Amino acid sequence: MQTPRSFEYERATSVDHAIALLERLGPEARLVAGGHSLLPMMKLRLAAPEHLIDINPLVADLSYVRVEGNEVRIGAMTRHAELLASPIIAEHFAILTDAEKVIADPIVRNRGTIGGSICQADPSEDLSAAFAALKASVLIRSGTGERLISARDLHVGPYETAVGPAEMLTEVRIAIRAGSGSAYEKVERRVGDWAVAASGAWVQMSGDTVADAGIGLTALGVAHFCSPEAEAVLIGHAPTAEVIAAAGAAAASITNPPTDQRGPSDYKRHLADILTQRAITRAVARALGRN
Amino acid sequence: MQINVNLNGTEQSHDVEPRLLLVHYIRDVAGETGTHWGCDTSNCGACVVWLDDVPVKSCTVLAVMADKHRVTTIEGLAVGGVLDPVQQGFMECHGLQCGFCTPGMMMTARWLLDHNPNPSELEIREALSGQLCRCTGYHNIVKSVQWAAAHPATVGAST
Amino acid sequence: MTIIEETTSTTATSTTATATDTAALSPGGNPMGFGRMLRKEDVRFVRGKGNYIDDVKRPGMLHGAILRSPYAHARIVSIDTSAAEAHPKVRAVITGATLEGLKLAWMPTMSYDTQAVLATDKVRFQGQEVAFVVADDRYSAKDALELIVVDYEPLEVVMDARKALDPGAPVIRDDKEGKTDNHIFDWESGSKEATDAAFASAEVVVAQAMLYPRSHPAPMETCGMVAEMNPVSGKLTLWSNTQAPHAHRTVYALVAGLPEHKIQVICPDIGGGFGNKVPIYPGYVCSIVGSIVTGKPVKWIEDRSENLMSTGFARDYHMKGEIAATRDGKIVGLRVDVLADHGAFNATAQPTNYPAGFFHIFTGSYDYGAAHCKVTGVYSNKAPGGVAYACSFRITEAVYLVERIVDCLAAELKMDPAELRMKNLLRPEQFPYTTPTGWEYDSGDYPRALQMALDIAGYAELRKEQAEKRARGELMGIGLSFFTEGVGAGPRKHMDILGLGMADGCELRVHPTGKAQLRLSVQSQGQGHETTFAQIVAQEVGIPPEDVEVINGDTDNTPFGLGTYGSRSTPVSGAAAAVVARRVRDKARIIAAVALECSPDDLEWNRDRWSVKGDPSQGKTIQEIAMLSHSSLELPDGVEGHLDAQAVYNPPNLTYPFGAYICVVDVDAGTGQVKVRRFIAVDDCGPRINPMIVEGQVHGGLVDGIGMALMEVIAFDDAGNCLGGSFMDYLLPTTMEVPSFELGETVTPSPHHPLGCKGVGESATVGSPPAVVNAVMDAIGVRHADMPLTPAQVWRAMQGRPLRTDLAIE
Repeated sequence: MQTPRSFEYERATSVDHAIALLERLGPEARLVAGGHSLLPMMKLRLAAPEHLIDINPLVADLSYVRVEGNEVRIGAMTRHAELLASPIIAEHFAILTDAEKVIADPIVRNRGTIGGSICQADPSEDLSAAFAALKASVLIRSGTGERLISARDLHVGPYETAVGPAEMLTEVRIAIRAGSGSAYEKVERRVGDWAVAASGAWVQMSGDTVADAGIGLTALGVAHFCSPEAEAVLIGHAPTAEVIAAAGAAAASITNPPTDQRGPSDYKRHLADILTQRAITRAVARALGRN
Repeated sequence: MQINVNLNGTEQSHDVEPRLLLVHYIRDVAGETGTHWGCDTSNCGACVVWLDDVPVKSCTVLAVMADKHRVTTIEGLAVGGVLDPVQQGFMECHGLQCGFCTPGMMMTARWLLDHNPNPSELEIREALSGQLCRCTGYHNIVKSVQWAAAHPATVGAST
Repeated sequence: MTIIEETTSTTATSTTATATDTAALSPGGNPMGFGRMLRKEDVRFVRGKGNYIDDVKRPGMLHGAILRSPYAHARIVSIDTSAAEAHPKVRAVITGATLEGLKLAWMPTMSYDTQAVLATDKVRFQGQEVAFVVADDRYSAKDALELIVVDYEPLEVVMDARKALDPGAPVIRDDKEGKTDNHIFDWESGSKEATDAAFASAEVVVAQAMLYPRSHPAPMETCGMVAEMNPVSGKLTLWSNTQAPHAHRTVYALVAGLPEHKIQVICPDIGGGFGNKVPIYPGYVCSIVGSIVTGKPVKWIEDRSENLMSTGFARDYHMKGEIAATRDGKIVGLRVDVLADHGAFNATAQPTNYPAGFFHIFTGSYDYGAAHCKVTGVYSNKAPGGVAYACSFRITEAVYLVERIVDCLAAELKMDPAELRMKNLLRPEQFPYTTPTGWEYDSGDYPRALQMALDIAGYAELRKEQAEKRARGELMGIGLSFFTEGVGAGPRKHMDILGLGMADGCELRVHPTGKAQLRLSVQSQGQGHETTFAQIVAQEVGIPPEDVEVINGDTDNTPFGLGTYGSRSTPVSGAAAAVVARRVRDKARIIAAVALECSPDDLEWNRDRWSVKGDPSQGKTIQEIAMLSHSSLELPDGVEGHLDAQAVYNPPNLTYPFGAYICVVDVDAGTGQVKVRRFIAVDDCGPRINPMIVEGQVHGGLVDGIGMALMEVIAFDDAGNCLGGSFMDYLLPTTMEVPSFELGETVTPSPHHPLGCKGVGESATVGSPPAVVNAVMDAIGVRHADMPLTPAQVWRAMQGRPLRTDLAIE
């Protein structure tokens, strides 16, 4: 069985402690939460941090899903299974419930955390597109304070985020907006696999018209996991079949998916189109209470 | 690093390397070999154990992460020397052939029934979808869990 | 114990079936013979008390790890092991150079080729073994691998089998003197002239090229060994999860020049095999050398990636089929041209005279006179192997070919595929039937099995539903396959592996109290031998199955035999067990006659006792006779005491199980995703020793077939990188891709097997892939697309541009 290289192990007792450790130990230190992205890379010896800072003891502080004011706040150490089971999430953001059902498998979801997932910034990771569709924000803490940035700005590139070497993502915030609905559509080769392609849609309806919309795209080679082009097609229009088709086409037009064993580029681009259409259709139905 | 783990109800204390995987701790250090491993990528689920009360893939957890926690393996499933209904169900319904995936399957099945005593076939299949079996085609694994659900009282033979 | 009725099963029994009366129960509540019985081995498995190879621990044991080539084809310029050797926990570093000194750098394969144990000249596939490290623990062994520096000079690769024989293709096996190309063998079967004549006059000819892509058996437990050379006694003990312990022992003796009586192979519980654990792998030889060099026991256990990238793969057959028929759907001929990719070394484990295995059974289950096939084997820069994954020595490729092309013919003729099959199936009165390629099918009632499958499926209603859905633009498909398997290799005069005839020994020892031990040459990997073989003894000699201990997997304590693969345990070893049990019964008759003071001819057998004809009260049970056999009772001249027997069973023919399968799928027209909604499987393997276990074998094989049809493949990119080297990319079906199954059963006994039984271990793996593919093609209205039918492949097939699945997707 594959085994990681040796490393020094530290156990964080608080967020401040974790950040202090990151500052002290430097760039060869990595935080580990659920470990389901990092540890497999370490076993393959593709990653070999000199120091591992275990933040699992912070679960008491950083695992939560709660409503504050007009937004939902999700702690970074919230495990996937907890997000999936959350009635708050199911009520307000069905796209996350949809996505969580198809992230890895139930046992992995028991351990993997949402913060760990989005900080891995894998181009095939599902929550990044879902948060992008929801126009969520993420809270990033450092030794000098905290900053709130758009989830779309979190992702700088494949496996790269805006979180600095001595920073820690601690929370995701999503605004609750009346009359909205959302959905996530994914094609995978098999249950538990990474996405061949996926699309998430969030819409806020004003009467029969789309007042605001977010479209997130997974594994499709788009910047920031989102398609402002498709959103522009939707906003201000009634979501007719023609408009939805145009949004699907707009989403597909900006994709640049890699050809790999999950499928050829043309197929993935086709999926961007059809999955976006399906996600919008379901999101609209949910927004209008026609689920 | 010194760790203290409650393994199947017994307090254990060992000095381990931080990089030691929990599955290797359980098997090679604590000597309980009922937990297996079948891949390196968290796909197969042969290594499923409970960390505290939650099933995890012990190939993707460090032993040091189990320090001051409870770990339950297949060896801890029978209570008071009596087989768990899940264990009995796997025997009754031919839910195993080579037996390699079986401990992990049973740990998840027990957890499922603890939280959902009367699962549908789909719920059983979803609960076990992170665990691979090459022998049974899952058909009889599903039936075994259904059997255990239908026989919730401890009915097993003594160990 | 509670007996659960399998509600989905349907049974039809031939009037010629042997008796499988299960009315009587043993004191332990088990059937006194054939019937549903819970498995004896489960008692340990459900408690986590199985003992698998990685559970074996020996005092002072060291751990081995293998350094593997990152290149598919490269010359080794130099290997520097000094830093690894300096690692404080490393005990030995072994390279090809070390082994050359021991004349062990190369080993024979089971196809009379050679294979590098550790590369000396060049590496020939990605993942090939280059060096072996022995260290105090497995983590340190892995660390030390990173300290070995190998300088490679990359060479041009051969990844596309269709280009392996191109002029100017790089020669992979330049280690073989005078070798100037990548050709391994040409092999033919059937009559070319007769087949050409049948095609020349045929009304309809349909041709279809198809690939059965490279897949992998991927048992949940990888391969491994603990080797322990006792430097004092000179005895080498090998804990090995091999499917063929006796054959392995002989090969080690021949390869290493060690005395065979000083080698003991012990098989612990085996976590699945499926043919993956038949060959001898370099890691085994390295473990042995590691133990000899260090004087300590050495454990070596593969990673999953090592298992997938270097050990026995399956299939990789590029097939061009042509079928000839009359306009009204009578098949008149079939011909096939195959390109077989055997990888870098020809290491297929199959009977010597069968370089393409039993592929010549490609004529299938149909009645026609002309067939011909030609198979060309080639080397490529891929891992060696080819015969594995429950393939029955390539019958799975043959069945896929014929069942796919019959559907292509049905499409061409615009005929229902069930009707076309029914029209051409062999009739019961034609058995025993000799095929155009010379195989004698022992028994069968094919139309009955197909009709049962159609009935269970509700075939007419399914076609009606399909038509309604099509009208709404929904894609639903119904796929059939009918297979004839050939298992139980095999007659010794035709079949051997490395000169070892494929007969199997068996010993039954009855203790004075009437309890027994049965010693087998075959080796369970989950098939339940400890239960079913005890049931055979119970059936034949009346000892309750709970009183029969079945012993397998220890060469010092079991008779010689070739092991368990190719579904041969029941056809060969099961027959041997029946023969020894009958020998014990015959001897018991003599002893009973002495005790009862009558002639043996006056006695009749009744389940568990010999009693006087017409006076059942005058009799002796087998337990009483066992004690008498050890007593002071004076036996006739020439009759020795005790109740033991042994036998070697040399099967007169293969057995030919068969079945009819129907798969129902729904396809998402937008995404190409396939959902297997139903799977109906009617199997005929003769009488079932333990129906519960037989059904379990079928269930497992059906999921194998769905896996191969929909997701499993080991492809390579054009640089030679393996694209299926972990379970993240080599996808096995989960609970969610497969339905619960609907099984049916017909019983047509084998006329030549003592119990009438046929093997069943591979039937469903062989028979199910074409049913799935036929269903998907039926749904999307496309003539053919190669497996695996991933969402991308289905969508591209619908666009008329199917992918080539053995190479990187372009």
